[in-house]
Amino acid sequence: MTSASNPVTSTTVAAPQAQGKPRRVGRKSGAQRGAWIGWLLPALLLLWWEVAAQAGWLSSRILPEPWAVLKAAWELSASGELWRHLAVSSGRAASGFAVGAGLGLILGLLSGSLRSAELLLDTTLQMVRNIPALALIPLVILWFGIDETAKLFLVSVGVFFPVYLNTFHGIRSVDQGLIEMAKSYGLSGWPLYRDVILPGALPSILVGLRFALGLVWVLLIVAETISAQAGIGYMTMNAREFLQTDVVLVGILLYALLGKLADTAARWLERFWLRWHPGYQ
Amino acid sequence: MRNDAQENQQVRRAAGRGVGIRLRALSKAFSGRTVLHEIDLDIAPGEFVAIVGRSGCGKSTLLRLVAQLDAASGGELVYEHAGNDEPEVRIMFQDARLLPWKRVQANVALGLPRQAAPQALNALRQVGLEQRAGEWPAVLSGGQRQRVALARALVHDPQLLLLDEPLGALDALTRIEMQTLIESLWRERGFTALLVTHDVQEAIALADRVLLIEDGRVALDQRIELARPRSRGQAQFAALEEAILARVLRHPGSEAAIEELEPVFAPRGVHQVQWAI
Repeated sequence: MTSASNPVTSTTVAAPQAQGKPRRVGRKSGAQRGAWIGWLLPALLLLWWEVAAQAGWLSSRILPEPWAVLKAAWELSASGELWRHLAVSSGRAASGFAVGAGLGLILGLLSGSLRSAELLLDTTLQMVRNIPALALIPLVILWFGIDETAKLFLVSVGVFFPVYLNTFHGIRSVDQGLIEMAKSYGLSGWPLYRDVILPGALPSILVGLRFALGLVWVLLIVAETISAQAGIGYMTMNAREFLQTDVVLVGILLYALLGKLADTAARWLERFWLRWHPGYQ
Repeated sequence: MRNDAQENQQVRRAAGRGVGIRLRALSKAFSGRTVLHEIDLDIAPGEFVAIVGRSGCGKSTLLRLVAQLDAASGGELVYEHAGNDEPEVRIMFQDARLLPWKRVQANVALGLPRQAAPQALNALRQVGLEQRAGEWPAVLSGGQRQRVALARALVHDPQLLLLDEPLGALDALTRIEMQTLIESLWRERGFTALLVTHDVQEAIALADRVLLIEDGRVALDQRIELARPRSRGQAQFAALEEAILARVLRHPGSEAAIEELEPVFAPRGVHQVQWAI
């Protein structure tokens, strides 16, 4: 990985072919090496867990063996129950993310680009930002009751701020030299926004999106454990009532898996949209 | 030799499409501190003028005023050219300022209509980077990025090209290459060029006229009559360089002028012929 930490700015060297390509190759093989090392620790933990459960060191009330968890997952998915919960949870995550991140993006772009919008919005949003979304739960229940709107609201509020803040910051930190250059080449209005400001802010916006994608699941767990008739959180809480530790574990692992999936999706987006960026090649 | 050069220049100027520039009492102040004091200056169409001076003397400010990137605090700036519409003015900055998220060819085509791709490729060919058209700017070297920036300026067929120390960050060999390239493109196209540089040698190698700016005023306006292409090993070149350098380095306030800039065949030290390769 040492070759990958090569600084981006070492460009005055007069051998660009020799400079750009090998670095990329080095990065790729490094990432591939890193990929399986990343799974080493979980695999070892799983092995230790199975051995400990088999040997009777762990009571199945506290932690059932991995095999039992796998079996529970199989049964749940065979009966279709798992898919129903998964679909409901994913739907909530997607709609909450769409509303929260969408609003965050729009308002972030607005207050990043227009001084008047910043004056109008930023103070208020910075105040609201400091209230933890989960502290709103009592109020949310009073306002919306315990149905879908409450969950959507909680997830959206939590997701809104990382996207808003990073979009705002991204727009503001676009290289002024590039904007000046583009203006002197006759760009203004929408073309300037599309060709210079938006792509310049994109790395920061994507950081916000990735952060928000991680946050969605955290908020969803809490929202679904308040009260729900379906969803992974409901499934888990229900299983707790009946002391089905294996199903509880299925739910928890499912959250981990979904979080990882969302993160991978965000990274793919970064790879694609930031393919010009030496840090993502 | 001299006659030939002058004839060539006249032919070029007749064919060229450069604009003239007239500055009258142009001044610029930043929050009360005057950076440029009532500059009067006439630049002929197609002329190559270099502005030298110590850092902070106001030379870049003058260029930014001429480029209309900043507004002047007083005085007037007039472009003198045939048409009624705004002349094409393009500027090259010290850093290439390429958009890192656009490929090289798209960078060159910035500000052009969508169907101008062949033009962009043509401009890249002129700076010798046709093969790199599909690459990201991040993989280019500093000199190549500046060449792309030059192509981006040239694709608009500018009538006035402003160069704000564009070669300042390049290594010595790449600089000479770029100077030759800029000179040949200028001779071919006949645009007016205004180059800000801190390198006196570069100024003499390229310019018809070298202006020295000191404390926001034009302190020296030196015509360079050497034939092109100029060899840095020439005795006249070295004498001019030494004279202008001496003038730049002179203590502000002292009166030791160097009026005599006629060919002087002074003995040259090794450091003066290092560019004679």
